[in-house]
Amino acid sequence: MSKLKQTQDYEKTASFKFFRWISGEKDPYIGTIEMQEQSEHQVEDDTITERMWEKQMIIDEIYDVDHNRILTKFHKLYKIAAVLFCVALTFFLLLTVSYLPRTGNAANPDNNEVAQRYIESGLQETGAVNIVSGMILTYRAFDTFGETNVLFIATVCVMILLMVDEKTLEERSEARLNSGRIKDDIILQMTAKFLVPFILIFGIYVILNGQNSPGGGFSGGAILGAGLILYANAFGIKPTQRFFNEKVYRIAKVSALCMYGCIGLYYYTMGANHLADHIPNGIPGHILSGGIILPIDICVGLEVACTMYAFYALFKRGGL
Amino acid sequence: MTIFQMILLVFLIVCAIAVSFSRNLLNSVLIFMSYSLIMSIIWICLESPDLAITEAAVGAGVTTILFITTLKKIHAMGAEDKKTKTNALEVEREAEEHE
Repeated sequence: MSKLKQTQDYEKTASFKFFRWISGEKDPYIGTIEMQEQSEHQVEDDTITERMWEKQMIIDEIYDVDHNRILTKFHKLYKIAAVLFCVALTFFLLLTVSYLPRTGNAANPDNNEVAQRYIESGLQETGAVNIVSGMILTYRAFDTFGETNVLFIATVCVMILLMVDEKTLEERSEARLNSGRIKDDIILQMTAKFLVPFILIFGIYVILNGQNSPGGGFSGGAILGAGLILYANAFGIKPTQRFFNEKVYRIAKVSALCMYGCIGLYYYTMGANHLADHIPNGIPGHILSGGIILPIDICVGLEVACTMYAFYALFKRGGL
Repeated sequence: MTIFQMILLVFLIVCAIAVSFSRNLLNSVLIFMSYSLIMSIIWICLESPDLAITEAAVGAGVTTILFITTLKKIHAMGAEDKKTKTNALEVEREAEEHE
């Protein structure tokens, strides 16, 4: 069930007219071209009896499970073949594993110049002390952009499937209020009051310090989202909507994705044409360092936090 | 590999097997959560704290909450205990009829 729009608003849009024309409700030929009326399709009696006879034959000969010898034989063979297939599959997989090179061997194909380059000149080129962050957000920023897009599309799909319109939401929340369950759990609320600020600050720290310490956009965003979920679980949806409602969600989500795209596009265009990008790398170890890593970390963190909270809210009540 | 890591890996295997053998869906979700928690400690032992943070937040936190919310939505929490009880009652009734 997706979100409903008012019918009068919808009828004014261009897409409604277009789809009405496509589906043929408003046929431009009617009244201008002479047409013959079609007679209704009739089924003959012979075909009906033939069909019934065939159906009876199928039931008698094939679906008579108790007396069908071929079927019982097939079921026995099926079990044996399944076991044989599993054994053979395990055997071949283990055989392949035995041919793999040993881990940590210097002659392995994964010990090539790419990893060496990342380790040796990563700090100089990206300005990030944390090599992992420097790798996934500058050398491989395009991959991360794809992952962020996947998150965006996943939330959009969940919204299409689970979001309900505001009237139904109100009815549901009233029904929940009248059902008489325990709402204000004092233990949960006191714990949340104590923990949520720390969780949120830790999430922000992990995002902002992604170029210097372990973490980055994905981890920090997940922590932020978990903190938001804890807050919404303890105090209900109304206090959460004061600072995180559908409008904030929409703006944060779309602008974060667009900003990531713009930064990545700028960086790649400049790099591909051997032009100097005007983003300073800064002194490694400082909080304002690492060139494009910090803004991209903030974008990814916002995106992930919004995704986590939106999943929870949509699963729980069907709206943000 | 230290003894601590070996114990953790054994726990991991036990959790993985226990998930598939648990009848109650809520129990399997909780075992899955402990699996993620152990996995995040193993990530720290393997010196990749990036993954450990993400695993703890996503695997142990958010995924479990989503699973439990879904179980509540489809009314699966506590429903299985009732079902087994009614099954036992039916079996008893049939036994009485035979007598």
